[in-house]
Amino acid sequence: MGRKRKLTVPGRFEYLAAIADFISEAGSEANFAQDTIFHVQMSVDEACSNIIEHAYRGQDQGEIKLSSECKKGEWIITIQDTGRPFDPRAVPKPNLNIKVDDIKTGGLGLYFMHQLMDNVEFTFDKKGNRLRMVKREA
Amino acid sequence: MDITTNEYKRCSLVSVSGRVDSNTAPGFEEALKAVIEGGQRNVVLELSGVSFMSSAGLRGMVSSLKACKKGGGDLFIATPSDRVSEVLKLAGLTSLFSVYDDVTAAVGDF
Repeated sequence: MGRKRKLTVPGRFEYLAAIADFISEAGSEANFAQDTIFHVQMSVDEACSNIIEHAYRGQDQGEIKLSSECKKGEWIITIQDTGRPFDPRAVPKPNLNIKVDDIKTGGLGLYFMHQLMDNVEFTFDKKGNRLRMVKREA
Repeated sequence: MDITTNEYKRCSLVSVSGRVDSNTAPGFEEALKAVIEGGQRNVVLELSGVSFMSSAGLRGMVSSLKACKKGGGDLFIATPSDRVSEVLKLAGLTSLFSVYDDVTAAVGDF
């Protein structure tokens, strides 16, 4: 089974590819299926993009700290930032099942995270935002 | 991410490969915008080489589709990679776009 891995990157979009590689290596080491690895990559990508865009309101405003812990059939991802408090309840749900002119894609990233991961939990304290996501594999 | 564009009589074929994420999505959108604002309202977006597409990429596709339709045209997706197909399905966008398994068929339908 895999070990606990950590990665800290600057809050810049150019590091999303490196984050994806980090997830891929962690998942492969723990023998998770490729589909599972992809789902976690997607969710982490969306989360980190949201941190840069919304918590930091732009690039180069802070770091993103990730940790990956793999237990038997369970993959725990924790992502921390020091940006503005994030309230997931304030994010509108995307509206995609309508005419193309009326489509609203805001909130799609958060929607993906909830669809792809088994648990998504946001907390905030004086250090900043902490996101904990869990993916389970049968 | 790499983008190549080929012009045909009735449409432009835009082939994309690599990652389409928040880092590369602006370039992806700009490339499509350049084609559409250059006067071509019909676009075939060939995505067999896309290894990863996030919501940022999807937003670019939706905005490009809107622009094409506003000009009286359309945007078709051709040969999406498995990952792109999965993301389109997850987002519930499979009915919004016309998706083709064959580039020639997509180009020919314009």
